[in-house]
Parts: sequence; structure tokens; C-alpha cells
Amino acid sequence: MSGPLRGWGPILLLIAQRIAQGVLLLFAVSVLIFVGTEILPGDVASSILGQAATPQALENLRRELGLDQPAIVRYFSWLGGVLTGDLGVALSNRRDIATAIAPRLSNTLFLAFWAAAVSVPLAILLGLIAVRYRNGVVDKTISGLALASTSLPEFFVGYVLIFIFAVTLNWFPSFSTVYEGMPFWQRMQAIALPAAALTLVVLAHMMRMTRAAILNVMQSAYIETAELKGMSQFDIIRRHAFPNAIAPIANVVMLNLAFLVVGVVVIEVIFVYPGMGQYLVDHVSKRDVPVVQAVGLIFAAVYIGLNLLADIAAILANPRLRHPR
Amino acid sequence: MTLSLPWLGRVPIGAAIGLFFTILFLFCAIFAQWIAPYPGSLIIGGVWEPASSRHWLGTDNLGRDLLSRMIYGAQVTVFIAAMATALAFSLGSILGFAAAVIGGWFDTILSRFVDLLMSIPTLIFGLVVLSVLPSTIPILILVMGILDATRVYRLSRAVAADINVMDFVEAAKLRGEGKGWIIFREILPNALSPLVSELGLRFIYAVLFLSALSFLGLGVQPPNADWGGMVRENRDGIVFGIGAALIPAAAIAALAISVNLVADWVLNRTSSLKGGRGG
Repeated sequence: MSGPLRGWGPILLLIAQRIAQGVLLLFAVSVLIFVGTEILPGDVASSILGQAATPQALENLRRELGLDQPAIVRYFSWLGGVLTGDLGVALSNRRDIATAIAPRLSNTLFLAFWAAAVSVPLAILLGLIAVRYRNGVVDKTISGLALASTSLPEFFVGYVLIFIFAVTLNWFPSFSTVYEGMPFWQRMQAIALPAAALTLVVLAHMMRMTRAAILNVMQSAYIETAELKGMSQFDIIRRHAFPNAIAPIANVVMLNLAFLVVGVVVIEVIFVYPGMGQYLVDHVSKRDVPVVQAVGLIFAAVYIGLNLLADIAAILANPRLRHPR
Repeated sequence: MTLSLPWLGRVPIGAAIGLFFTILFLFCAIFAQWIAPYPGSLIIGGVWEPASSRHWLGTDNLGRDLLSRMIYGAQVTVFIAAMATALAFSLGSILGFAAAVIGGWFDTILSRFVDLLMSIPTLIFGLVVLSVLPSTIPILILVMGILDATRVYRLSRAVAADINVMDFVEAAKLRGEGKGWIIFREILPNALSPLVSELGLRFIYAVLFLSALSFLGLGVQPPNADWGGMVRENRDGIVFGIGAALIPAAAIAALAISVNLVADWVLNRTSSLKGGRGG
């Protein structure tokens, strides 16, 4: 190592190792998804054609789907396709999956981005306030609401928001229809309610973990020193506690973004939002296996990727993690 | 704030409310056939009638009595969630204990497989599997139970690994007891308390998971309905200002919060006696 990279060698190596582990995990997940859909009892061909299908029709469809070939051959041709961006063709409407997914993926990312942009700062702020007034009324109220909201199903939050803001007050549309070339502000208005619902779903968890991370730091000796020399509570949190809590908070944020990606599935169905989650659910009920495999793999990849980022953030921010035994 | 209750002594007000609703829901679930005013699938009125003295919660999207549907729904929801939790606990804890006791390649393979299953969001994997399997009640219990068993496995393996190195286990091994004896007679009784405190959380998780699946149309199939399925049936009413879908949704939330409150209280009581969770 030379130049600006001096001293970064071990860290880069560690990060490279984590990324390699992530890739390996993703590979294993692709096997699992494939096995889960292809080898489990329940034949794709007969579930498409129904009970009354003739043996001849079944055999034709099996040949057409490549089901007459051994599973391992089918797996590698599927994986090869995925790696080159060819996700195959949907069984239900014969359309190319990759072209069908592209706009939906960007819709989902748009929604998830705005939900994250609101929920992350809000959660950290609430976490800081809860720590500042810990064991007081504010802290207890925030914690109580957080406990309650982790038990709420997503659709309860979603439909209550629709009921209040779309039906009663008529401020927002109740169906989040978006289309290509939609003006930005209209689009923002369409996603306001689903983004709010997603925010409420992840906010509590993120805030509680932020609170725990900062409280953990607050119990260390240097905080006591700062207290003894008479710094104000907010200054202690801002100058000493928060910087040291960044690593655990970054971890929390990434884990919650991963959670958000899953929450999106139910939220999209509630608001009839044309995203990946809606697409997945539609095709699970149609038993359209190629679509389910492709979308399932994408969801898993995003989830694993965000968890990987959480790990890397922790490694970068906490020197103690750089020297694994 | 506490409340004096017969048999239980002083109970915090939150736990008392939780206990009340948990018992109420359990009562509805067990005695649904006797207490429901109408048969669950009988059409007895107009579509989405408002609440009246004949139909306390009004009627649903097909004109069925909503209160009766709710009571039968409680039965379906609680039964499937309880069975899935029971399966998750028996499978997860036995495999977790066995992994800690046997160790070696058995532990490695099982633990890596659990890591793999846990690296995919449960809902996504559930959807993937349900795209090829029919959504019958035994299949739902099996899928939910196996996916949830991964979390129980992690906990039980960690707890058992701690207990496994204790003197009384060493003594039993030296005595020449078999693995089965070690797992069921030495480790299980000592690991019970942290596992029981996890039970409530896993049950809530199962309720929420089942509701999500049914809401997406991939859980309990009509004409049967759990609460998640009832939200799905009545959701079209929301845009007309008819809140029928909110009632089962609120019931799910109430059940989850109540069990949470009770579990918290039980955890506090047992941990103050035993000195912290995690054994």
C-alpha cells in the first residue's frame, strides 16, 4: 500500500472479505429460492393448467418450460440468465420479466427513498430527545408509542391513514397511482400516504435502537468526566455521545432500511402502488414461478446488500472491529 | 399504577388490560361456535350495514354478520398462530439443544443453514414458497413454523451452549448418560425460563405474519377467514368511508399489544426472581 491508501490495507481487506461473504451468501440464497420453487412437491405445470389438464398438455408445457431437464441444468441456465440481466419470461402473460420490472423497481426505490429520508432523521432526533429526557414523561410516552407501533400490522396503519387523510379530509388520493412522465409534485402527493405509513412502521424500531445505542455510550467513563466538568446535557450528547454512537446508529439505520424494503410489499398492496411488492404478490397468486424467483432474488439481494452496508459502516466507524481475532 | 386481582396479587395496570384482552380473545377463539350470534358464512343482511342492535358491528362486504365473522376469525387466527408457534418451538429448541450438545459438523451445517434462511426476509421467503404450495391450513402452519423455528433455534442454541458447560451437565456426561438424556433431562428444564419469555413475542410475530399473508390473499382461503383475510374482504369499503376493514385490523393490533404487555409483565416477574434473562 502506498500514497493515500497507507494504513487502510487491513480495513480494505476486511471489507473485501465481507463483500465476498455477501456474494457467497447471495449465491446460496439463489440456490434456496430455486430449490424452494422447483423441487418442493407441487408441480408448476399442473398448477398452471389445473387439475383437469390432460397428460399430453402437461407434458407439452413441461417441455416448453424446460422442466424435462434435470434441476441442476435448469438452475445454472437460470443463474446464467440472471447474471446477464435476462430474468426470463413471465408464464402468465409471456412478457419479458426484466422490462416489466425496471419501471416498478424505480417506483419502489422512489417510495423507499422518501420514506427513509423522513424516517431516519426523525428517528434519530426522537432517540436523542428520549435520551435527553430519559425516564421522564417524554421518554416514557415515546417508548410506549414505540412499543404499541411495533405490534401494529402495516395494513392497520395504512388504512387508518387512508380513512383519515384520503376519505375524511380528502387531502391525498387513496390510491397511489403513478405513471411515467408524471410531474414531480403530483408524484410526491401520490406517495405521501404510503411513505407516511412506511415511516410509521419503521420509525419506532429505529428510534428505540437509536436510544439504546446512545444510552450505551452515555454509560462510559468519558461521559461522566464531561458531566463532572459541568457541560450541559445537550452538549454532552452532541459532542461526546453522538459521535461515538454513529456506528451503532448507522447499523440500526441500515437494518431498518432492510426492514423497510420488506414493509414495502404490504404497503404497496394497500395503496395499489405499482411497485415491486405489488408485482411479486400478483404473481405469487398467479403461481408465475419465473417472476417469483426473479423478484424474490432481487428482494433478497437488496436485503443482504443493506445488511452488508450495515456491517461495513460498523467496521469503518469502530476501530475495535478492524482487528478480528 | 397497579391493580389488585384475585390469585395474581398486584398487577400493573398495563398488564391487567393486556391480560383482560388476551383472555377475551382466547375465550372467543375457544368458544366461537357457542357464542357467535350467527353462522360465520351465512348472508343475513345488506352489504355493509351500519352497526345496529341486531348486528353489533354491522355487516360485511357480502352482508354477513361482522361480529360473528370476527369471533370465528379469532378462532382461525389464534389456532394457526398457536400451532405455528408450537411447531417453531419444538423444532427450534430441540435442534438448537442438539446442535449445542452434539457440536461438530452437525452444529456447523445446521447453523449455516439457519443463517441462510434468516438472510432472506421471512415474508419474501414465505411468498416464494407459497407460489408453488397450496395455501391450506396445514401448509401455512408448516411454512410459518419452520421459518420461525430459525429464531428459536438461535436462542436455544445460545442458551444450551451456556448450560452445556456447567458442572451438572459434565457430571451427567461422566456418568455416561446419552445425548437424549442430556438434552431433555439436563438442558431443557434449565433453558425453559428464557424460552418461555420468548414465547409471547414469537406468538405475536406469528399472528402478524399470518395476517400479512392472508391480507395479501395468500393465507387462509375463503370462505374461511382469519382477521387478515377479513381486512382484505372489506378493504374496498374504505374509500366509501365504511370502516368495516378497520375492525379486524384493530383486533390484530389489540391482540398483539395485549400479548406484548402480558409477556413483558411475565418477563419482569420471572427475571426479578431469576436475575436477568438469557439464563
